[in-house]
Amino acid sequence: MSSGEALATPGAALARAGPSSRLDIAGAVLVACGLFLGLLVALPLAWLAFFALTDKDGAFTGANLARLVTDDSLAAPLRISLIVATSVGAISAAVAAPIAWFVARTDMPGRNLVRVLITASFVTPPFLGAIAWEILAAPNSGLLNHWYRWLHDLPPFVHLFDIYTVAGLIFVDSCYAFPFVFVLVANALDRMPADMEDASAILGARPWRTAWRITLPLALPAILAGMLVAFLRSLTLFGTPAILALPGNFHTITTKIWSLFQYPPNPGLAAAASIPLLLLTIVLLQVQNRVLGRRGYAVIAGKAGQARLLRLKHWRWPAFGLCFLVLCLPIGLPYFALLKAAITTTIAEPLSLQTLTLKHVRFVLFEFSPTRLAFQNTVVLAVATATTGTALALVVSYATARRLVAGHRLLNFLATAPIAVPGIVLGVGLFLAYTRGPVVLYGTLWILFLAYLTIELPAAYQQLQSAFRSIHPELEEAGRLFGAGRMRILRDILAPLLKSGVIAAWCFIFIGVMRELSAAVMLFTAQTKVISVVIYDLNESGDLGAISVLGIALLAVTFAIVYLAQRVGGAGIGRTARPA
Amino acid sequence: MNRSCNPRRRALALIAAAFVASAAIAPAAALPEPSPVTPALIEAARKEGKVVFYTAVDIEVAEKVGAAFRAKYPGIEIAVERSGSERLFQRVTQEYGSSIHNVDVINTSDAAHYLLWKRQGLLASYLPEEVAKHFGEHVDPDGHYATWRATLSPLAYNTKFIKPGEAPKSFADLLDPKWKGLMVKAHPGYSGTILTATAQISRELGWDYLRKLGAQRIMQVQSSTEPPKKLAVGERPIMADGNEYNLFILKEAGNPVELVYPAEGTPFIPSPAGVMAKAPHPNAARLLQSFLFSAETQQLLVDAGGLRSVHPAVKEPAARKPLKDIKLMRDDPAAVVDKVEEIKANYAKAFGT
Repeated sequence: MSSGEALATPGAALARAGPSSRLDIAGAVLVACGLFLGLLVALPLAWLAFFALTDKDGAFTGANLARLVTDDSLAAPLRISLIVATSVGAISAAVAAPIAWFVARTDMPGRNLVRVLITASFVTPPFLGAIAWEILAAPNSGLLNHWYRWLHDLPPFVHLFDIYTVAGLIFVDSCYAFPFVFVLVANALDRMPADMEDASAILGARPWRTAWRITLPLALPAILAGMLVAFLRSLTLFGTPAILALPGNFHTITTKIWSLFQYPPNPGLAAAASIPLLLLTIVLLQVQNRVLGRRGYAVIAGKAGQARLLRLKHWRWPAFGLCFLVLCLPIGLPYFALLKAAITTTIAEPLSLQTLTLKHVRFVLFEFSPTRLAFQNTVVLAVATATTGTALALVVSYATARRLVAGHRLLNFLATAPIAVPGIVLGVGLFLAYTRGPVVLYGTLWILFLAYLTIELPAAYQQLQSAFRSIHPELEEAGRLFGAGRMRILRDILAPLLKSGVIAAWCFIFIGVMRELSAAVMLFTAQTKVISVVIYDLNESGDLGAISVLGIALLAVTFAIVYLAQRVGGAGIGRTARPA
Repeated sequence: MNRSCNPRRRALALIAAAFVASAAIAPAAALPEPSPVTPALIEAARKEGKVVFYTAVDIEVAEKVGAAFRAKYPGIEIAVERSGSERLFQRVTQEYGSSIHNVDVINTSDAAHYLLWKRQGLLASYLPEEVAKHFGEHVDPDGHYATWRATLSPLAYNTKFIKPGEAPKSFADLLDPKWKGLMVKAHPGYSGTILTATAQISRELGWDYLRKLGAQRIMQVQSSTEPPKKLAVGERPIMADGNEYNLFILKEAGNPVELVYPAEGTPFIPSPAGVMAKAPHPNAARLLQSFLFSAETQQLLVDAGGLRSVHPAVKEPAARKPLKDIKLMRDDPAAVVDKVEEIKANYAKAFGT
């Protein structure tokens, strides 16, 4: 799918219509998209609210909400989740912002390699990373602790790292959340014109001072937005805590919600437990809008100057070394661990010719019956969701960025709200909504499609909205002055400028679906299994070898398709094509 | 029948008698007519072309059973869905709640599930000939299910870290402060085996024992198949509960694990299988049920799966301790079935999650 197709939705509607009915048709498309969006988001949320506020007989009750405060078995997980998410947001920003600056604004060597490695950590499902970090840093069997004991000649059970702790959870979460900050900050820095930095340099400021006083404040909105995304992702993440929290004898709010669906299920309490998450997100998004809304950040205007790269001189290689070391944590070490698990009989054995085996590869590819169907389902769903989601996000973000319709604030809310709903809760909402008439979707791929579309829409929407915002309307006005129609402006001015944003949004959704676990784990059936669920099931029974083979295959497939999409579009994750 | 099998069979029969006696709430009816595998059944199953099997058995064992079925009955595709017992239960509840009848034959490690399903009329009455002949007391009186496999939840240790003389010999030994932080166990909220084991241990030793055990900083995992694997890789040197069959598989593959049958008795976990009343492939379901209880499949479970079988024709490998020599805890699903919530709440208090 290319940007052209995604653009075709509003464009084609405009093109077919005659001059007089042009706006009506565009309006109809917008209204249709708005209604669809409303249904998509509001339906599961309405079910949530209903379950949170009623008891078993359907009578109104505040008991579920009250228990959030009074029952420490619920309050404690909520506290832990807030601590984890706040730390993850802060760490992600602290790590991602400097790397993004090195990559986008300096002459550091290996900038492309760094971008590729960050894309790889973006593509890695967080729960797969968590499993890999179990192999590395479980207190006794972890490879890093093995090496530590061996180096210092220590007795068994002495360890340096324990991944089954709140700190361990924060660390692994951050490993796969920081790319969200990186993408936003790198995009902002890529787009930022050099005018002000040039002015600063001309006025005699040293390069570092310019970076600190000019570049950082300009990038601050992107950093804050990234922190917010990392925070919310971490708050609603299920896979990583499901793997790391139970062995450490603690719950996060998502694993607690999940446990409330075990037999005997308590959906009312689960729904209530997700309401603080939803409220918190709404508040945070409002704050973000206030902060960002006051200033204009349209950085692509008519007269953009090419950004100049800062010369790091003898700091070039140390900077690269630092980036490389940091990226060993989400990518280098975990994939080494997975590769080792994939080709040795058991993970405790050292890597040698005797322990080398193709047993796991054979098992996954030939003996394990769900493999093929699950891969097929996953890829079909990812492509379908990415294509539909990008088209929908494009229309909605155009409407909200240019304030085309009266309800643009509501549209903005609807397109952002799903980010606050933990996937498992959304999964339950969808389950409740689509297992009873008139439309029964449970047991089909459609229910997963709707779940993925809802979950991944905010990421694509924000990507495209910021793309629209960064393009100053003066460009469109200039086109209009020269007598170009709406269609022509779309095709000749907006499309080329938006292309990279559209591709990035498509890749965002595609990757998101490939690594999604929490909603799928509630909604899959035998015929609609996806890879993430297969891996989760295998982890439940501790089959590390098979998990590793599947995980590496998942990474390879995702990477190949993302690479293809970027080749088609000539742009990529965290890399915006500069305006000519 | 093999002579060495006799005592084992008697031991199992005793346990099963207790199990069935307590399960039989309805007045004992005569068993339904046994059904042989007829060419007509095979033909009808082949016409359906497919069978869906939900099972909680270890994934590799599940795939082997699937492969054996495919080899014996070409033309009938078998979809094997492996998941934890409690998750399978959750899934069936979800699916039947929305009138999706996907599963043909179901097997979980929580015998209490079958009491609930039978009450709800979810299970078909079908008695394979082989079951009627050989399974004696291990059959539901109305033929809705029978014990497909059984396992124990013993203790175990990693021989790389602990010498045989120093290893714990009883549940009480686990409370020794020197084992603090060194044990792994699975969670009754996720595993039917562990729920059953927890019910038996709390009945025999009291919740006070489990509260003390909870203070020992035990690493918890979800499925009962996982503690043996964590033990084998040396993540923790002692296993406080988990599947016996995974230990057999690991030990026989040369991993440094050793089993301990605790002095107080070892939890015994029967794992029934039954045909769903609304099976989408009713004939293939019945064919699979018969296949599951045949001597050859039962032998496969023992050989490849390390499981215990109640089929008298099955031979146990010499290296495994025969069931008759092990002191067992009594299984009582009828007492568990309505107390699940209470057991889980008590457990959460003792272990933190």
